[in-house]
Amino acid sequence: MTPDLFFQYLFAGVTYGAIYAIVAIGFNIIYNTTGIINFAQGEFVMLGGMIAISLHQVMPLPLAITLAVALTMVIGAAIEIIFIRWLQSPSVLRLIIITIGVSILLREAALHIWGESIRSLPYFYGNEISSISLGSVHLSPQVLWVIAACGIMVAGLSLFFKYTPTGREMRACSANRTAAILCGISTRNMVTLSFMLSAGIGAVAGCVMSPITYTQYDSGTGLAIKGFTVAILGGLGNSMAAVAAGILLGIIEAFSVSVVPLAFQDAIAITILLAILFVKPHGLFGSSVAARLKDF
Amino acid sequence: MNSINRYKILGLAGLVIAVQLLTQFTGTAFYLTQLTMSAYYGLVIIGLGVLMGYAGQLSIGHAGFFAIGGYLSAALTTHNLLSYKDSLCIRLLERADMLVLSEDIYGDALLTVVPWGACLMAVGTAALIALLLAVPVLKLKGHYLAMATLGFGTIIYRILLATPYFGEADGISDVPPFQLLPALGGLPPVVVSGSFDNRVVNYYVAWGILIVGMLLLLNLINSRVGRALRSLHSSEEAAEAVGINTSRCKVQVFVLSAVYAALAGVFLAHYNAGIGPSEAGVMKSVRYVALVAVGGMTNLWGTLLMGVSLTFLSLRGVFGSLDDAVFGVILIGVMLFAPEGILSLRRFLVPAKDAALKRDEP
Repeated sequence: MTPDLFFQYLFAGVTYGAIYAIVAIGFNIIYNTTGIINFAQGEFVMLGGMIAISLHQVMPLPLAITLAVALTMVIGAAIEIIFIRWLQSPSVLRLIIITIGVSILLREAALHIWGESIRSLPYFYGNEISSISLGSVHLSPQVLWVIAACGIMVAGLSLFFKYTPTGREMRACSANRTAAILCGISTRNMVTLSFMLSAGIGAVAGCVMSPITYTQYDSGTGLAIKGFTVAILGGLGNSMAAVAAGILLGIIEAFSVSVVPLAFQDAIAITILLAILFVKPHGLFGSSVAARLKDF
Repeated sequence: MNSINRYKILGLAGLVIAVQLLTQFTGTAFYLTQLTMSAYYGLVIIGLGVLMGYAGQLSIGHAGFFAIGGYLSAALTTHNLLSYKDSLCIRLLERADMLVLSEDIYGDALLTVVPWGACLMAVGTAALIALLLAVPVLKLKGHYLAMATLGFGTIIYRILLATPYFGEADGISDVPPFQLLPALGGLPPVVVSGSFDNRVVNYYVAWGILIVGMLLLLNLINSRVGRALRSLHSSEEAAEAVGINTSRCKVQVFVLSAVYAALAGVFLAHYNAGIGPSEAGVMKSVRYVALVAVGGMTNLWGTLLMGVSLTFLSLRGVFGSLDDAVFGVILIGVMLFAPEGILSLRRFLVPAKDAALKRDEP
């Protein structure tokens, strides 16, 4: 393998890795406040992309994306309020199955609204053939948008959780729910907020990746599996680790293409991840001591 | 086996016969096709029901085991082995009398494995894979377990979709009939195939297998292993403390449910004379989980009833293009309002009996 090819694969891997990481962060936010995995996370990504594509027909791109993200956040909040908020201490298995059901409904709704056709947003800057040259490696400008979006979101979220009162309240909720209630924090509102936040993050991911990967009604499922894998690999709830794990998965996938046919790409990636999971059951960066204290 | 279950099994057998006679007299024998298929899917669902409800282990990868069974059986009975005639493997198979020589549609010689042998090999492979997978996977809990089984299902799906031997996106077609019993005396042979002449026989074969499978599981639940499983479900630590080998129990049930799924796959592949990659998809696995949840996790009869009837309606195309959406709505509805399964709602219908039962309890 020539050095040029090596870097080309590397950048492809980092791009996809950043996308997986954004999806995984969405999983982590909800997991941190509620202890559940929202299997509809991939559908938020699909909805963000689809709504932005539809809105872009009548308004400029930045406005369409902003509005799409806002709308997806509203949908996220609505899902939490309708399906989860009023349940009395539901079991984790019950919540998993409810979110699986929600993901089926969102996907079917998208199928009936947008049909089976594959759509995409236009490139944010330049077009399909414009490229930036780094030495002998060529990159699409959209790649930089994806990586920048991932970086800004990770930085923004860690600042939000660390320094803003709302962020702290959300963390309190995940650390000890009873104690948080005693401190006067409305844990139910925090859960709704976490759904809004992760829906918004998913929608941003859906918009920045749409020009490269295209958007279809069922593109959420595959992304959810990858994002979930990355969240688990990094150790559930740990956003920084999710970025590392996401980029690792992206790079593994990109380089696997040079060894096995493209059709086996997903199988190879997941096999490697399962192998890691069997050796380190709580993720690459997860603490087994901390994990033992959690129910799930 | 307690007497209630014995009556229920007899009732089910009676119902199966009654339905067949009813379709015969009303001239609606075409329903039998979907009823036969529902029975095979029912086998997957009750197997998964024991794993989820009694061993408490979620598996979002059972379509993978179904596909391993169906695909292996289909491939072994369909693909020509003539070019490998002299390899050790084939000679061993020949000595075991497991090969059959026939002609394909062009008149060329076609050497394939007999369906019996293929069935054994397919189910055996599924059991072996389940065993190898179960040992590391069942150490995981909750979300990690869900992820690992989901990953397994995805891997199988991707491999099937990418391997020319398994027909890639087309799947395998022209799977030969599976002769279960040769012609005995005046009776015709019992053959699993989709031909119209065999429709009634196939219906009874499918439901016979389902009833036997149900009997075995009911016996398992009421045996020492079953009690161990239930204790494991409520508290793993307590179960270990009283000397139950919890990990072995879980692995055994996992393998058993994989065998049920693979067996269903084998029979359905022969019945439909083909199998496609959609059978291995993640949505199939999710659907099996949904049906178990709808029936009630710890209610094997409920699982059987809801699993077979909803699958039947879905196969008949009652829900049209809204098929997946209907399953989503049912899934959410049941989990929101009746997490113990739809049958748990009957206590609202017959409150008097329930109250009477409660009074009798100390």
